[in-house]
Amino acid sequence: MEDIGNLMQGFAVALTWKNLLFMLIGILLGVLIGVLPGLGGANGVAILLPLTFSMPPTSAIIMLSCIYWGALFGGAITSILFNIPGEPWSVATTFDGYPMAQQGRAGEAMTAAFTSSFIGAFVAVLVITFLAPLVAKFALKFGPAEYFAVQFLTFCSFIGMSREPPAKTIAAMMMGFALAAVGLDTVTGQLRMTFGHTELLQGFDFLIAVIGLFGLGEILLTMEEGLAFKGAKGRIDLNIVLETWKKLPRYWMTSLRGCLIGCWMGITPGGATPASFMSYGMARRMSKDRDSFGNGNIEGVIAPETAAHAAGTSALLPMLTLGIPGSPTAAVLLGGLLIWGLQPGPLLFVEKKEFVWGLIASMYLGNIVGLLIVLTTVPWWAAILRIPFSIIAPVIVVICAVGAYTVHHNMFDVVMMLVFGIVGYFFKKLRYPLAPLVLALVLGDMAETAFRQSMLLSGGTVGIFWSNGLVGSIMTLALVLLCWPLVSAGLDLWRKRLRAAESAADRTPEPAKAGKP
Amino acid sequence: MSDNAQGGTAAGGGGLATRWVELVVALLIVAGGAVVVTDSLRLGAKWGSDGPEAGYFPFLVGSALLLSGGWIVANVLWRWRKLASSVFVEWSALKPVLMMLLPSIAYVVLIKFIGLYVASAIFIGAFMVWRGKYGALPTASVALGVPVALFLLFEIWFLVPLPKGPLEHLIGY
Repeated sequence: MEDIGNLMQGFAVALTWKNLLFMLIGILLGVLIGVLPGLGGANGVAILLPLTFSMPPTSAIIMLSCIYWGALFGGAITSILFNIPGEPWSVATTFDGYPMAQQGRAGEAMTAAFTSSFIGAFVAVLVITFLAPLVAKFALKFGPAEYFAVQFLTFCSFIGMSREPPAKTIAAMMMGFALAAVGLDTVTGQLRMTFGHTELLQGFDFLIAVIGLFGLGEILLTMEEGLAFKGAKGRIDLNIVLETWKKLPRYWMTSLRGCLIGCWMGITPGGATPASFMSYGMARRMSKDRDSFGNGNIEGVIAPETAAHAAGTSALLPMLTLGIPGSPTAAVLLGGLLIWGLQPGPLLFVEKKEFVWGLIASMYLGNIVGLLIVLTTVPWWAAILRIPFSIIAPVIVVICAVGAYTVHHNMFDVVMMLVFGIVGYFFKKLRYPLAPLVLALVLGDMAETAFRQSMLLSGGTVGIFWSNGLVGSIMTLALVLLCWPLVSAGLDLWRKRLRAAESAADRTPEPAKAGKP
Repeated sequence: MSDNAQGGTAAGGGGLATRWVELVVALLIVAGGAVVVTDSLRLGAKWGSDGPEAGYFPFLVGSALLLSGGWIVANVLWRWRKLASSVFVEWSALKPVLMMLLPSIAYVVLIKFIGLYVASAIFIGAFMVWRGKYGALPTASVALGVPVALFLLFEIWFLVPLPKGPLEHLIGY
């Protein structure tokens, strides 16, 4: 197959000493970011992005994506040892990981977590390897209407799949779109929503939003919870690793389910966090001894970790092939690509072959390197977490300020970062989802351009979105997802009535009555 | 924001009442929607001679903001009684949040005047002494170590300039 050859060339690109070194640095930085509260995949990559501008793009994206893998791995360490999810997607890992650590099985839990993360990511990379070129080829035929439809689908699936209330999801998303519209309108040259402030001419950069919302906002939340790190001892030696690996094949079904859920949720932007919860829930529902979940069942670690990593990795597929990121971190990586002059989308696979395949090859290598690194360095990371929060918190705020400043070398951005931090604190506590806000801010201009072009083509009627089978079915699917909260609420109601009717039928033997609710 | 929200003290008992925070945030969203809609109408949200005008798409976005904000407001008011017992943040927990937030704001203001490096040293040092009750040696090592590391990393290795103040000018940067 042609793709295999391309992939081999990619390995040749990724396997230079320099790139391997960047990979290593990236993983180490990533785990550090994942372990520290207030720094995560999205804002960690955002903060480090300006430092990579002087590097060649392939090395830079390899390092940045490795930071992402590292952060995914790192989240598991804090969940298991300290019962503190370093990342939102590792919340589900705490349910069984921490009890295991309390029972003295921390090493087993961490080996299981890292290995399942690796498996999840590996399957997702396989999916990317074989699916991405096909999607890209397919997407070459896309016109503006199709692009808008895919973006519409992205946003609708947020509303439909979100665990947060739909009204709040819509509100957060629309805030992102509104913020994206601020500044100079490139089509007409008019100023939008600047109200005479020159600082607003450039509009809001989503990197600033990411650093504020996920960085400072998270720090404020952590302060409120009053973190006291009381952790279990984290020791891993070769024996524990091998013992655990012997056990793992037994849980292949759980792994497979996690991979499938993860890949699906990553490609259609549900994101790693809901994927991990969904996978945990499924594993519990399917398990024979349901009661052991929450008390240190190893499956309760395998399921969420596999899904979170599969989702986190496969979120890069729509980012690379369509230019539509499936998660905030993928959005930040997309921002990086744009800065290096690489326009993600189907053409990338034609014009910048060596870059795309180098990146995909680095995903394979990065995950193997990552697994080895985290297995060998766990005690260090646990030690970092014992540093008191009154030292870590101000340092992280400083890092956030530096990160916000370096994006455009602008003090106004640092002020905006503070504002976003406060917004993030309130939004998180009130269950407004942050991911749609960030994605809308990233995709706002692109979505608007696609919308305008389609409207121009059609002369202003929305009929163009149903003008052929492809765009029509995407739009219809999007609308179904948009209305999904209503549908599922209706189904719930119907089920409840049915159950009420059944129990009524049990009490009164006449079947005739059961039909009437 | 917090001025309005403090009305919920009596209802919440030991903290800021969730329903007031919910209401204020939702009303702010409605206000934001109103701003977007007005500005789009100023720009023209209709069909121009050469296609959609500049406010066409923002108008839709603003309307959606208005609607979703209004939906949340209605929802909060609908559950007003039910939400009475829910506390957004207890006063005792709000204190550490403010103790993080206010110094951070002061820090950003300080950057403007004395540059990022010195401001960071003061911020980290003050926080460690005040919140962590650390002695001179650990405080000095972190408070000076972080800015020095940042300086080496940004100014010297990566050649990315950060905001500087009088001290840096003194040593020739």
